[in-house]
Amino acid sequence: MNIVIVLFVTLVMTIGLSGETMDKILKNTVNVDIVAQVNEGHIKFDSVQDRQKYLDSQKDLQYKSLGLNEPWYSPTRFFNTLFKVAILDLGNSHFFTTNSGSSSVRDIVIERIPNTLLLFATSTIVIIIIGLFLGPFVANKVGSIWDRMTSALAVFSTSFPTWWIGMLMIYLFAFTYHIFPARSTPLTSPSDVSYIGDLLYHMTLPFITLILVGFGSWAYIVRYFVEGVLSEDYITSKRAIGISKRKILYSHALKNAASPIVTIIALSLAGSFGGSIIVEAVFDWPGIGKLYYDAIGVSDVPLIIGLTYVFTLIFVISVFIMNLFYAFFDPRIKTA
Amino acid sequence: MTNQIVPHSDFLREFSQSKSGMAGVIILLSLTIIMLYAILAIPLESFRQWNNPNYWINYPKAAAPQWTNTGLFGPKVFEHLIMTLDDASITKIVIADNIRTEVHSYAVDFSYDSYPNDFMIPYSVKYGQIPPVLQVDIIRPDGIEFRIYYSSLPSSLAKSNENQFSSRIFSTDPIIAEYLRQLNDSFRYAQDSSKPQVMIFSDIQENKVLKGKYLIKETFYLFNDSDTVQESGLILGGRVYGLMGTDELRRDLAIGILWGAPIALFIGLSVSIGSVVIGLIYGVMAGYKGNRTDDGLMLINDIFYTLPALPLLVIMSVTLGRSIFLITGFLVIFGWAGAAKVTRSLAMKMKNLQYVEAAKLMGQSDIKIIFKHIIPQLLPLTFASIAISVPAAILGEAALSFLGLGDPSIPTWGQILHEANSASAASRGLWWWIMPPGVMIALTGLSFILIGNTLDSILNPKARKF
Repeated sequence: MNIVIVLFVTLVMTIGLSGETMDKILKNTVNVDIVAQVNEGHIKFDSVQDRQKYLDSQKDLQYKSLGLNEPWYSPTRFFNTLFKVAILDLGNSHFFTTNSGSSSVRDIVIERIPNTLLLFATSTIVIIIIGLFLGPFVANKVGSIWDRMTSALAVFSTSFPTWWIGMLMIYLFAFTYHIFPARSTPLTSPSDVSYIGDLLYHMTLPFITLILVGFGSWAYIVRYFVEGVLSEDYITSKRAIGISKRKILYSHALKNAASPIVTIIALSLAGSFGGSIIVEAVFDWPGIGKLYYDAIGVSDVPLIIGLTYVFTLIFVISVFIMNLFYAFFDPRIKTA
Repeated sequence: MTNQIVPHSDFLREFSQSKSGMAGVIILLSLTIIMLYAILAIPLESFRQWNNPNYWINYPKAAAPQWTNTGLFGPKVFEHLIMTLDDASITKIVIADNIRTEVHSYAVDFSYDSYPNDFMIPYSVKYGQIPPVLQVDIIRPDGIEFRIYYSSLPSSLAKSNENQFSSRIFSTDPIIAEYLRQLNDSFRYAQDSSKPQVMIFSDIQENKVLKGKYLIKETFYLFNDSDTVQESGLILGGRVYGLMGTDELRRDLAIGILWGAPIALFIGLSVSIGSVVIGLIYGVMAGYKGNRTDDGLMLINDIFYTLPALPLLVIMSVTLGRSIFLITGFLVIFGWAGAAKVTRSLAMKMKNLQYVEAAKLMGQSDIKIIFKHIIPQLLPLTFASIAISVPAAILGEAALSFLGLGDPSIPTWGQILHEANSASAASRGLWWWIMPPGVMIALTGLSFILIGNTLDSILNPKARKF
């Protein structure tokens, strides 16, 4: 339920902040269109005043049909816009097009989303898997060199910006050793057969970077909670029965520590996700993060609004999935 | 949990025993020293003019730090050289009535294995009706003299007696190329007169650098009594410069990095203090009042807590503005919710403590109880959470700046990295443009995390960190 409110609040804030700018842009497009129509058409005017009159009347007509005669904050306009943003009906971008040439915001965003999901879903899953193995492993050896290394890595990776590590990786693997390309946008066209392979090759460097930066703090969180569980009585008694250490660690302890761990991920997702937007920009990965970066660079407002919404949506959906996991691990909690 | 106040002396002793805490303090102290140095020693003009390319024209383009030029791992490259009027030895000669010469000589000790990238001769002359003539000669270590430039300054259009002319002779000047073409025959091998910086510093016998002392003579022929040479100079463009090198726009990165320190500390501290104080009051209100008030306040809190910060920050700076104070405000909006959550749970436990209940029974108002009895008890922990939330604020600002949405009037570490990325510094190997800003961001964050965690574990030994 909260999640829906969050989405709604974000939308309202976005519209509230950008309503005026959007109106300006819409009116501008209408004006340009009308002038172009009149210039191309064969309507003859007796005087400049007549022409202006005709233009004004056409403008008013268009404004009325688009609802632009009311301010953006009037209820009908507001909910209309809300709905339009929700279905990504945001008109055209001024600077960007899809591969097939469409400049509609929706088409552009939809074309780019799979790349973003590919990169971040795979790297997040790998990070989670590494964390789930490494965390209990070091929790069992508190104070050992492995444990200290994990903690140090966790502290370091929270204070370094992920995208800065990305720049260093490019320097190391693209400039010093020519192993991976510096620009992650594949050179082959998407219709090509070898495109998938090329895309995956270009994905390697951002993928490695995200994992390298992400897994330390993750493993640390898992370790923290597993360690807490390990001192519980039932673990001691399980040990006494003779259940193998490995099974206790990875099955019993991990399962009991699962619910706080899941909560933490759901919440820490916000920060890491923000950083990930920029990682795309650094690596020139053809996803929506890179698109966002470029749209900001040229102040393409319709696209910025659309992307803000999409980012919120992805974020909200991930939190929702996390909540499902939470309910799965802790049956006492039933989430919608 | 029990929330005892640790005695002052015990606290200091415990803190000084914590290795990580002391490491944090040491890093923070060095940052403070850097900050004071930036404020006191570097001219404020460099801060204001950071985004003005004219201010940095004398500096080299994308030059590495000077200390990399040891000559051990390859040829010793030319170190950028800026000479001004103060470095010149000036001789004035009166040739005849109304004809004087003023010779500004610059001595350059050339001991490098490679040529300069380019050179410039800036000058500024005040003159009357007849324009002065500028002539540039170079006396090489092998005794040969090169004349590379001879040209008169523009004549005054209005026939006025007060002309002021400032300009620069660049190494790409066609007059230089013309003069050098005549000198092509002095070389025993083919020389390229379109590269004067190579030709001037080349050996005549074979194609290599001619090391030794060069004397660059800039001779001004002046034809009026009141004519004065106000400025002259010599800039030899090198591949290395200064402590941290320069960027694509010729800016001295050391200055940008130094100025970044006070700004990062300002943003980090003001955002974290702002959001922790708001969160503290908000959380205590919710926790103390309980019931419906609590539910309502916490719902709002939860929403703020789960709002995706970066996309909204982007929209805010695109539509509302990019000044550093606005950005600080934006970051507070997304920062206070976490602090409120923690203080709420603490306040809920504290309101059942006996002295709070006693105060309530005495009929003190809620506001008074909150501000007099609960918040003072939470203050030590507040310091810990302020310290812990500084890195997030610094990273947030850096992220915004990196997206190109930072305050355009001041240099920040994030902005330096934004420019580095726009110029694809990483794939061009300009490591000195990337390393220092990131390391500084990380060090600043790290020092606060270390201090905060230590404070937290001393003041609040039983509380969980997460």
